[in-house]
Amino acid sequence: MIKTVTDNEEETRTLGERLGKFLKAGDVILLSGELGAGKTRFAQGIAKGLGCTSNVTSPTFVLINEYPGDITFFHADLYRLEKADLDEIGLWDSTEMGVLVVEWPERAGDSFPENALQLSLSFGSRTNERLIEFFIDSEREQAILASGDFK
Amino acid sequence: MLVLAIESSCDETAAAVIENGRKIHSSVVASQIELHAQYGGIVPEVASREHLRAIIPVIKQALEQASCSIDDLEAIAATRGPGLAGALLVGYNTGKAIALSKSLPFLGVNHLEGHVRANWLMEEPEPLFPALALVVSGGHTDLVFMKSENEYERLGGTLDDAAGEAFDKVGRLLGLPFPGGPAIAKEALSGKASSLKLPRAWLPGTADFSFSGLKTAALHSVRKETWSPTEIAWEFQESVVDVLSGKVANIANDLSAREVLIAGGVASNQRLREELRSRVSVPVRIPPPSLCTDNAAMIGAAASPRLSRGERTPLNVDIFSTNDWSVV
Repeated sequence: MIKTVTDNEEETRTLGERLGKFLKAGDVILLSGELGAGKTRFAQGIAKGLGCTSNVTSPTFVLINEYPGDITFFHADLYRLEKADLDEIGLWDSTEMGVLVVEWPERAGDSFPENALQLSLSFGSRTNERLIEFFIDSEREQAILASGDFK
Repeated sequence: MLVLAIESSCDETAAAVIENGRKIHSSVVASQIELHAQYGGIVPEVASREHLRAIIPVIKQALEQASCSIDDLEAIAATRGPGLAGALLVGYNTGKAIALSKSLPFLGVNHLEGHVRANWLMEEPEPLFPALALVVSGGHTDLVFMKSENEYERLGGTLDDAAGEAFDKVGRLLGLPFPGGPAIAKEALSGKASSLKLPRAWLPGTADFSFSGLKTAALHSVRKETWSPTEIAWEFQESVVDVLSGKVANIANDLSAREVLIAGGVASNQRLREELRSRVSVPVRIPPPSLCTDNAAMIGAAASPRLSRGERTPLNVDIFSTNDWSVV
């Protein structure tokens, strides 16, 4: 596991952007963390790293958003879902065509691909501080993390 | 022109019969809110299945209440997007099928334009241009400038959470029932100003909004246990209302708008209605609550002028799910 601390929203976004630059179509990123932990901020950074210029907003209500970029960015949020059936919201239609970021992945249990990159965001001790943890348990995660300095 | 309009972009299955884009002959809404409230959120599988189950009875009821038969209709309109794909497809394809079988003109409607056009369904004279429109709901917080009848220029919108989404999430933090918007408004009724001050993201010089910082601040205030849920609900609502009404008033003034049009589910919020009417210097038009939340009458209101101008959606054109004002 790799732990990173950011001091404000902008740093959280920048960290996401750095990760985004190393991603390729087919990658799935799972973002866990409570309300306000910075998941959408981090996802906005990933989008920028993928070359998306659109304004990325929270997908809570619409469940999934799609943004054009150098690599297409799919942004899903399972917050409103209970016992989510991922086939139903068309989550897997997206994965092959671009990078998929999923907020509140817990709602869908363990039905994600083995190679999904798992991250957890939480509140630090100071108001704007956030703790970001990368769980490394797949080869793809090791490869991504080896290609960038996220410590 | 008598139009049958269909809406199924999210949690509501709705049908309406509208004459000339302004007169409601019927408007039927089958809501899934109660159903989803049992689960505390949406179950997509259930949502699609419910739309399928409801769509034909809802259309039949709309025709019955309008005292007309399918043969009296002159066109069919259905929401094309944005929304949840599985949900949109049910209403959109049903609309296409009726149009095809009865050889009627068909038009796919942008749900966002529909919300704004709900303002044409009231008895007052038609809105004056230029107008500033605010669409504020669970999924949207968009400010749109209408230079004329058919121009929608998006000026800005939320950079993170939609206003209605913030209401829902903070409602959940406070342990209030789903959906959070009406629940917070009700809780705040018995509240008043306390020592709690929540932030307001003004983002000066832009037509943008941000509600995620407010949401996080509300979370911290819940954790502190200094304030009651009523006090937090009150201050939270005041913060959202303050920013929305303040920015709308300023921007309407800057653009010399002759009228302000409000739309979307959050427009049912009583405090927002009061505050907008008191701060904006030109007339503020807000549809009654039944036309603010998702409904099919607004889809008919948006479709009629377009159909009259000869616009049609070919039957091979698919739904869209992205938040885009330029798709018509």
